[in-house]
Amino acid sequence: MRSVRRVSATLMAGLLAVALASCAQSERSDAGGQSGAAGGGTGGTLVFGAPGAPDNFDPAFAQDGETFRPARQMYDTLITYKLGTSELQPALATEWTPSADFTQWTFKLREGVTFHDGTPFNAEAVCFNFDRWYNLKGAAAQTQAYYYGAVFEGFAQNETEAGVAPVYKSCAASDPTTAVISLNKAKGAFPAAFGLTSLSMSSPAALQQFEADKVEQSGEAFTYGAYATDHPTGTGPFKFESYDRTANVITLVRNDQYWGEKAKVDRLIFKVIPDENARKQELQAGTIDGYDYPNAADWESLRTEGYSVLVRPVFNILYLGINQKNNPALKDLRVRQAIAYATDRESLVRNQLPEGAVVATQFIPDTVDGYAPDLQPIPYDPAKAKQLLAEAGQSNLTVNFYYPTEVTRPYMPNPTNIFTALAENLRQAGITVNPVPQPWNGGYLDSVQATGTQDLHLLGWTGDYNDAGNFIGTFFGTGKPEFGLTDPALFAEVGAADAVVDPAAHAAAYEQVNRDLMTKYLPAVPISSSPPALVVRDNISGLIPSPLTDERFFTVSKG
Amino acid sequence: MLRFVVRRLLQVIPTLLLLSLLVFAWLRNLPGGPASAFLGDRATPERIAEYNRLIGLDQPIFVQYGKFLGRIATGDFGTSTKTSQPVLAEIGRAMPATIELSVAALAIAVLLGIPLGYLAAQQRGRPLDVATIIATLVGVAVPVFFLGYLLKAVFAVGLGWFPPSGRQAVGLDATNITGFAVLDGILTREWDASLDALSHLVLPAVALATIPLAVIVRITRASVLDVLGSDFVRTANSKGLTPGVIRRRHVLRNALLPVSTTIGLQVGLLLAGAVLTEKVFNWGGIGTLLADAITEKDYPRLQALLLLGALVYVLVNLLVDLSYAVIDPRVRLS
Amino acid sequence: MTTWAERRKGRIDDLAGGRSLTAEAFRRLRRDPIAITGAIIIGAFVVIALLSPVLAPHTATEPFPQLQEDLRPGYIPGPQDGFPLGSDQLGRDFFSRMILASQQTLLVGVFATLIGLAVGLVIGTLAGAFGGWVDTVLMRCTDALLAIPSLLLAISVAALAASASQTTVIIAVAVVSVPIFARLLRGSMLAQRNADHVVAVTALGVKRPAVVLRHILPNALGPVIVQATLTLATSILDAAALSFLGLGDADPGRAEWGLMLSQAQTYLDVRPALAFYPAGAIILVALGFTLLGESLREALDPKGRR
Repeated sequence: MRSVRRVSATLMAGLLAVALASCAQSERSDAGGQSGAAGGGTGGTLVFGAPGAPDNFDPAFAQDGETFRPARQMYDTLITYKLGTSELQPALATEWTPSADFTQWTFKLREGVTFHDGTPFNAEAVCFNFDRWYNLKGAAAQTQAYYYGAVFEGFAQNETEAGVAPVYKSCAASDPTTAVISLNKAKGAFPAAFGLTSLSMSSPAALQQFEADKVEQSGEAFTYGAYATDHPTGTGPFKFESYDRTANVITLVRNDQYWGEKAKVDRLIFKVIPDENARKQELQAGTIDGYDYPNAADWESLRTEGYSVLVRPVFNILYLGINQKNNPALKDLRVRQAIAYATDRESLVRNQLPEGAVVATQFIPDTVDGYAPDLQPIPYDPAKAKQLLAEAGQSNLTVNFYYPTEVTRPYMPNPTNIFTALAENLRQAGITVNPVPQPWNGGYLDSVQATGTQDLHLLGWTGDYNDAGNFIGTFFGTGKPEFGLTDPALFAEVGAADAVVDPAAHAAAYEQVNRDLMTKYLPAVPISSSPPALVVRDNISGLIPSPLTDERFFTVSKG
Repeated sequence: MLRFVVRRLLQVIPTLLLLSLLVFAWLRNLPGGPASAFLGDRATPERIAEYNRLIGLDQPIFVQYGKFLGRIATGDFGTSTKTSQPVLAEIGRAMPATIELSVAALAIAVLLGIPLGYLAAQQRGRPLDVATIIATLVGVAVPVFFLGYLLKAVFAVGLGWFPPSGRQAVGLDATNITGFAVLDGILTREWDASLDALSHLVLPAVALATIPLAVIVRITRASVLDVLGSDFVRTANSKGLTPGVIRRRHVLRNALLPVSTTIGLQVGLLLAGAVLTEKVFNWGGIGTLLADAITEKDYPRLQALLLLGALVYVLVNLLVDLSYAVIDPRVRLS
Repeated sequence: MTTWAERRKGRIDDLAGGRSLTAEAFRRLRRDPIAITGAIIIGAFVVIALLSPVLAPHTATEPFPQLQEDLRPGYIPGPQDGFPLGSDQLGRDFFSRMILASQQTLLVGVFATLIGLAVGLVIGTLAGAFGGWVDTVLMRCTDALLAIPSLLLAISVAALAASASQTTVIIAVAVVSVPIFARLLRGSMLAQRNADHVVAVTALGVKRPAVVLRHILPNALGPVIVQATLTLATSILDAAALSFLGLGDADPGRAEWGLMLSQAQTYLDVRPALAFYPAGAIILVALGFTLLGESLREALDPKGRR
């Protein structure tokens, strides 16, 4: 029939167009793979899938891993971490010596280093950077210089409520290769903290030219100067080329004037793909060469398909938080211990967490100095849990158990599953659990950290640098609504440990704190430490996973 | 006629104002907010409070709404709390993506749907017709997001015929003029860019087109059946006109009236389907902006998007009503 | 296929013999294979849903050590003794969860439709009965709601709620269908206002409420039933979409197909069955309601064509 023929003709035409389009695609799929060099492994473009977009390109204002990732390729700090570890090694500074009372740090700087704009790196530049941070004006800028604020505690003129007396005193450039940083007080966080990406060195000329300090509040958001949005200028192995916001693609190119080992690839592209499944499918389809945070469920199948899953050493902690404020029953140590005995952390780690995850014995992972190696995990013993509850007269305990939705965290890949398993454990010990899910950005942090309305909750922490104080000090250094703690003995003990400056004694003091936390206080139940991972195609080599999630791409080659 | 149009347009404004006030008040009464999304893992209560104070979220709602209206009057729809980019610019960048996707999906639905519906009506009761009915019923029932994943798994990952997500291959460096990737490639004669954009468009467009396609097929079939059995067709037949003439002059023209209304209504459905499809295919259009804004509680973006959505839909409906008035004289006179 | 002459005879029979529209409709339905298929699907679904606690061998929340033993993020045990569909991602019995979830789906679908129906009926009847400014105001609100595409509206309502919950989903989905029912009723009322039977009965002195309740509404029932059936189908789909977007009830212990489908996305490569079974169930049930609804609509079509 004529109409049938006409319809079939239209359909054929359509199919032809589609076929043509797919031909175009198969040409494209090799675009990423075309390398300039033959064999050898240098040159080419590396396309890496990132789960989120960076907020800006000025490390001083960077707060999350997505913003740090491109920054870490373009900038250097005075001290850096040995690849794949949290140990310190020289970067822009070749030596660093503290004064006797640890209030002064003298840095011997590397010679012959230039910024991407050609200006020289020297002691003057170092002091310019430190002074710049110290002198940041405006609440908008100060509140976003989070890591500077966390380490140095205050600014020249504090304009936020969080600011206290600044730790930084001054910086002196006695000669082009020597910078002396003077502090108002000693802190156990140094020298490790000097490796924080937020303390990267930027070109003073560029900072001034592109109004780097112009952070303003406009409408209901912040805006930045051109330095942070389009002209990041560091000393790193890669230089900034462009940020295509429509396609969500960040392009970096090799810095051929780099002072250290030059990058192996010509171009490094970060492609932002928020959906995990989409990242995996792009890897499988050949449009990216690797990506960050593959789902634990996919590790095995990815390996079978021939990809390399690179597992990072653990450097985080997940805990079941207990708030003693709302439900008086939780003030009883026996009740908290019962909760610990009731939870089957072993099964949880085996069933839900990736390979390499471990049951936590204390509130820091074993990769952090101050870890007490003699501590054993609290065993899973539901009978003992019931017994303890009975002793405390709380056989009919009811708790509000808050957990976050719409989020994954390296220490908590699937909060819903973790919650369900733990809640079921508690129920089998006779505890009645009221689930209270809240979206991560929809009030969860408000509820559990600011107002503290929960009885139990799930939260964790990824370490910033190798110092137990970064974990313990954050959790139990002062009274917080999150745990409803009022025990001055605990705070004093933590504070004392943190004040010890000698590294060995510092670690020993924290070991004791960890022991006491698990036996005397038990303010929460540490659950696990999980290793997040990266995955790359098998023709990519040289990518070294870092416990600090601080991967450097200049060692990576393709092909 | 002109008065009709102007009257309808004026009615839009109070509706939008009311809607904006409602949206504004709702959002700010909710727990949480943009703070935790912006501050990330290091969001302590003090920092959240500081952030809210800086952004102005601690002021009374009417003050905030007043400032909001004031800014809109100057054309400033605010800056996204997450990306610090002007919201209008973000929407402007994302719009062409969604429009391109919707147009492609609509094109598939219409170009395939009408002929299929007509065929089914002609072959009424025979295997083709029955198969079509069942297919359309299933098509309406399949969740778009699931279909999207299936298509990706089979055609992109499994067979490798199409790219799994995004609008263009990385590193292609296509010139951007209108924001419509396929069109831009043609305008600048970068044929490979056009073809590449087209290949990225296929899977999401097919996923998105399923429901409108099913609906259009059904409506066309029903409408054609209606007309085929009507008196004037019988008259034309008995007059001795050839089937082709009858088809062109009488059947199609009359049958397509309700179909065109449906097409207009489908535009709304496309917007909704786009939200889900864009998530699955990482498309970077309005749907993605909306989904992210909801998760991150990005108030400026949410406000702008919801208002925009309402405006667009109202305008489209107005256009459909107008076209109906143009085509059907009875409507004009009512 | 009936000839023109046969159809004409049928129509004359109807006029003479006074066969009511509903009886005629049922007669046609009984012979319509599409309607029968739909009815069977729905029947099975309702029976399973109502009897689910009895039919399911285990509970929806209990994890089993036999299943947990081999459970890993990348491996989920399949069908084995005592567990016909194997394990889910938390070591629970997948088969039991599938069965128990039918109850949730039925609940959400039925409640959302009932609420939408009730509220829409009230609004539409009021608008149609009173006319004038009541009508204008009510219809203006309804139009505002209709202006927003259904899924977007549901998403917005759910997203703007303080916290995700079962009730939020039901309300969000109900809100979507309210304007549809309202318009339907109002249209029917307006159409019948000047109809002979209404004029006659008013002339006889029957008061307005009685006119509306006893004479107008019953005639509107046909299209309302059709719409309700179709709304059930879309309610189920919309609720599943909301769960998928993370806006549904986030209590993970509950077994609900949309929620199960959304949680199964992560495991598509590991155990695709975790996604296919809930998706299939959703599609099948929605299909059943749609089939029945569509054939109902065709059956009730007074023009008498099949």
